[in-house]
Amino acid sequence: MFKAKLKEAIICFGAGRVTLKYPFEPSPVPPKFRGKIEFDARKCIACGGCANVCPPRCIVIEDMGEVAKITFNLDRCIQCARCYEVCPEKAIWPTDEFETATPDKSDLTSEMIVWMSSCQRCGRCFETDNAIDKFESKRWRGRGPGEANKHGIFPVKPPIDFTLPGSLVREPEGEQVQ
Amino acid sequence: MISDLCKKMLSKSLWLFHTNCGACNGCDIEVIDVLTPYYDVERFGMKLVGSPRHADALVITGSVSRQVAPALKRLYEATPDPKVVIAVGTCAVGGNIWFDTYNILGGADKVVPVTVYIPGCPPRPEAIIYGAALALGMVPKKVKPQREQHVPRGFDLDAYIARWQDTPVVTR
Repeated sequence: MFKAKLKEAIICFGAGRVTLKYPFEPSPVPPKFRGKIEFDARKCIACGGCANVCPPRCIVIEDMGEVAKITFNLDRCIQCARCYEVCPEKAIWPTDEFETATPDKSDLTSEMIVWMSSCQRCGRCFETDNAIDKFESKRWRGRGPGEANKHGIFPVKPPIDFTLPGSLVREPEGEQVQ
Repeated sequence: MISDLCKKMLSKSLWLFHTNCGACNGCDIEVIDVLTPYYDVERFGMKLVGSPRHADALVITGSVSRQVAPALKRLYEATPDPKVVIAVGTCAVGGNIWFDTYNILGGADKVVPVTVYIPGCPPRPEAIIYGAALALGMVPKKVKPQREQHVPRGFDLDAYIARWQDTPVVTR
């Protein structure tokens, strides 16, 4: 029995330190880690493929003639990297950055302004007129600033009543009304 | 002098109260994970407590639903000052994929003032440790918004938008 205990003790001493030295040493991410997304405005063609597949609709495109403004609301990005998979130009990619904690929520909103190519015949950018074509891009693409994803399914949320039904404090029995 | 010494010695021992406001349990597991011997935040004095009245920090996970919002407000009021509110996970930061659903408020900051946001779905345990350190002011902020534009030289976006809005829409 003593031998077995001694063996256990030797195993325990040989285990060494398991705790990660993270805050004092950098912690490398595993391969294929999906962190905060980054993008390149020089490669982007504003096709809207990323915004179409984005599950939380965090990529929103506003078309203004020859300019497309793409907003990334990273406060609701779930880092699924679907945008990276569908992008034909590989203009958006996930990085290794995971230390994205911030006291200010506006740090999590990135934006990109892309100059669009215009038609060689008519000299202006192609713009969808068809209502059915526009319906596909509803909630992620809009004409003009603030038009895309202006409202969700339920545009106006009703106010919340913060009063709880009934008090948690028990009233003294003498004051009960009979 | 003694009060300064106490502030210096006691400021880094953060007691956490963990609140699930409608999370999928993913962030909760990550919060528990930082307490395991592998990540071990107890070496910094952080530990989970069972009551908000004992806590210095509220750890909120989950997109705050309408049902849980009054309880969260009450919980915030029960926590003694000074207090730190840490929103862990994309749900508590911005509402995740339910940001515009009827029963989701879309983030903990709609109900209580949040000190530090930790995005991620779920965030890494290292990211949670980093966020807690950021709340205590031990590490600098690293993230910043990325703003890029690929436009001709001398381009002014506001002037262009004003000019573009005056042009009539050409339809076929």
